[in-house]
Amino acid sequence: MEPSLIVEGLKAGYKLQTIGSSEEVGVYVDAVSGVSFTLYRNEVFGIAGESGCGKSTLIKAVYGYYEPSLVLRGGSARIYGAKGEEFDTTRMDRGLLEKRVWWKHMSYIPQSSMNVLNPTMRIRDHFAEILRIHVGMKKGEAYQEARKYLEEVGLPVDALSAFPHQLSGGMRQRVVIALAILLEPSLILADEPSSALDVINQKVALTLLREKQEALKNTLVIVSHDMGVHGVLTHRMAIMYAGKIVEIGRTADIFWKPLHPYTKALIESLPRLGDKSKRVGLSGSPPDLKKPPDGCRFHPRCPYAMLICSRAEPSLREIKEGHYTACWLYSEAVGEPR
Amino acid sequence: MGTVTESLRRMGKLLITLYMGNLKFRIGFTILSILVILGFAVSPFSPTNTRSWYIVPRDRPPSYEYPLGTSSMGRDILWELCASIRNSLTIAFVTAMIASHIGLFLGFIAGIRGGVIDRILMFITDTFIIIPGLPLLMVVTTVLKRYLTIPTLGMLISIVSWPWPSRQVRSMVLSLRERTFIHTAKLSGMGTFRVIVQELMPYVLGWHLINFTNTILFSIGTESGLAILGLSILDDNTLGVMIYWALNWGYALFRGIWWWLAAPVATLVLVFISFYLVSIGMTEFMHPIARR
Amino acid sequence: MSEQYMLRVVKLSRFFGYGFLGRVKFPAVDNVSFDMEYKPKIFTIAGESGCGKSTLARMILGILEPSEGAVIYKGKNIYALKSKERRWFYREVQAIFQDPYDTFNPLKKVDRYLYETARNLLDLKDAGKTQDIVDACLKRVGLSFDEIKGKYPSEFSGGQLQRISIARALIPEPKLIVADEPVSMIDASMRMNILNMFKEFKEAEEISFIYITHDLATAYYISDEIAIMYRGVIVEMGPADEVLIKCHHPYTKALIEALPEPSRRDDWLTRKVKPPGMEVKEFIMPGCKYADICPYREDICEEKKPPMFDVGNVKTACWLYK
Repeated sequence: MEPSLIVEGLKAGYKLQTIGSSEEVGVYVDAVSGVSFTLYRNEVFGIAGESGCGKSTLIKAVYGYYEPSLVLRGGSARIYGAKGEEFDTTRMDRGLLEKRVWWKHMSYIPQSSMNVLNPTMRIRDHFAEILRIHVGMKKGEAYQEARKYLEEVGLPVDALSAFPHQLSGGMRQRVVIALAILLEPSLILADEPSSALDVINQKVALTLLREKQEALKNTLVIVSHDMGVHGVLTHRMAIMYAGKIVEIGRTADIFWKPLHPYTKALIESLPRLGDKSKRVGLSGSPPDLKKPPDGCRFHPRCPYAMLICSRAEPSLREIKEGHYTACWLYSEAVGEPR
Repeated sequence: MGTVTESLRRMGKLLITLYMGNLKFRIGFTILSILVILGFAVSPFSPTNTRSWYIVPRDRPPSYEYPLGTSSMGRDILWELCASIRNSLTIAFVTAMIASHIGLFLGFIAGIRGGVIDRILMFITDTFIIIPGLPLLMVVTTVLKRYLTIPTLGMLISIVSWPWPSRQVRSMVLSLRERTFIHTAKLSGMGTFRVIVQELMPYVLGWHLINFTNTILFSIGTESGLAILGLSILDDNTLGVMIYWALNWGYALFRGIWWWLAAPVATLVLVFISFYLVSIGMTEFMHPIARR
Repeated sequence: MSEQYMLRVVKLSRFFGYGFLGRVKFPAVDNVSFDMEYKPKIFTIAGESGCGKSTLARMILGILEPSEGAVIYKGKNIYALKSKERRWFYREVQAIFQDPYDTFNPLKKVDRYLYETARNLLDLKDAGKTQDIVDACLKRVGLSFDEIKGKYPSEFSGGQLQRISIARALIPEPKLIVADEPVSMIDASMRMNILNMFKEFKEAEEISFIYITHDLATAYYISDEIAIMYRGVIVEMGPADEVLIKCHHPYTKALIEALPEPSRRDDWLTRKVKPPGMEVKEFIMPGCKYADICPYREDICEEKKPPMFDVGNVKTACWLYK
């Protein structure tokens, strides 16, 4: 299996400034705290977790999209193009990324399509712009190409000359998907691509993404807080909690044989149609990442917490084939899993 | 009474936080304080009557005896300037007191009541926004010239300065009205009056302060404009009136008596800069509503 | 009791204007009627964004005035209440809102709203007694007065704020709580705790709920009855099991099929759905508002509005069941 993305020890977070004063106060939010994983070609990979767990920050760091307060603290994110070209996005500045990597080898679908679409540009000119910069295509030709891609995502031809605000949210998201697959990148990062949409539009957008991934045989990363979305869409997935990956494995294993207590809680609290048995959630709240707890970051809420959990941090270990978790319950040093 | 003292306390706290936290506000506020001290604390000690003519030697450049020189009218420019600052600020303060509060009141009513009342009030407001203010004031001051005093001039200027604050407060109330916590307050059994005073006011207050500052700025500008056209109170001292006499009677520029013109113009610039910085500082601070 | 129903929503409509001077009017809620008996139950109003469910909730709470129709609570039209009766109404009917961070004024301490509710609605003068009641209500949602005393909303997490919001709603011992998307901004791991609370309050304290949501899975989990809304109209209404499992209206079917359900993975990926079109047009369509995308469309659907047909225990507005 050829890798398409290798992330090693990635650390990123937010430097906070107190409002109303110009001096910097050294508060750091440890949003992504040493994350490593490898993605392969022709797979759909999900990243799940609750708000503030660092999943969006992780994606932004991999994409190289740094807002003013987001800082990189270490690690690397290497992506591999279709011909085996290697780029470490953590070592490239924005200009270089824009010119050589974005759209061409890696594209990004944010939650709000308006973050990608320019409100003063017609839809067809968004296509023309990307094709001009990366392929050097002429305008007329680019418009033809745009028409082809819009048809592929099931949008009427009228949408070509529309401005973004004239389309509905679902249609806009499909335009962004069409833009994302335009140059057939080897990696597509989708950050909550359907959270702002209704179930029906969500289904349209997600099945479309999946279809395109199957056709291109590339890697699609879906970041979503909605476990249902991962359950129907992804091959493998990672569960994040408080800036760390606590479990990685095949989606079926995660859903039907979860290892980490947090994953178990997430799965168990998922309501299902046709099943009225009592669901219980977790108590407590996620930790404040300005001062994360010692040891395992989940231990204050964990029903199985042991002494070691508050003292040392468990590392991500392979428990079964291709199924990793970071939990002391599965360590030989402590004994058999419960 | 409780809410008034609480509002004042909040206002005071706001000023202190602003002064400590925002550089622009600090600079603006410091300049402004110096101007206010010159105008209100220093000017009463004037050794001469700043409205009389020929009481000191004419056309003297700045010197140890006359730090800012003297004018062709035989006045000591330093003391005339202090009196002018006092009068200009008084006019502006009167305008701001009246206009920003009319704006606050009408904006609140339009925003809260909505419907027909809102439409009528906003029609009137828009009409006043569209009517060019300066020509209207020129007509009014020409007619009422004999009755003009410092406070009444401030009142007249407020006729054209209330619409903007009113629009601003209304749009603010309109958006606040839909906030969930307003519904929470109502469902907690609070009456409309208490919802307005206790839930909406704390938000509007900050912007009211900004409106107040901006209206002062607007008023000083308008008064200067009127004065330079000769339509202000020409026998009293204001910054605009000083410029009027220096230009139109003294031909200060042609005759090279630059200090006569420089003093009021520089002061006006300072007044504008200081209020502008104060206003910007407050806006910057208010915009991300991140206080607590 | 003289009235058979606790709450009656009678032909409720609300129009919003758009275009020049609001001349073109479209109904956000279009002729909606339903009744709730005195027996405690959880009644869900479900639908996608823009279907009018929140507008409907706000009209039931008396926050927004309807353009047509009435809301009758215990025999009284809630838009004709005098100020004293309005207090009575808020003692009986309370609300929980979607955004916990905006439920309380960010500039004020949260305990203030709990105190206000106790003082205004229960006419309590005694400070000690007020505090006892506030504390008791906070205990019912797993918090205590000491935990929230003197704190501002920014010092709590979303889940905590939502529980405080529930505690506030419980203070006047209401008979009905309108919960507008109460868990959509709460993390999945804590969502169930809040919904379980609703169930518990219904059973132990006989409080009825109107649960407004877009999430059919949670709706199925807690509700006794459900109404599905589309473009301002209730298209299907009845016991939750029957509506969500048997799905009579084509729109309900489409919703259920689109729901990402891990156990139906292969089915979900292969079956296609048709997305809704431009919204405003659908709001002002003369016939059935779903006709444009409905796979079972007939001529009558575009011409005449379907009335509610009885199909067993379920009522559905679809010509298929005439």
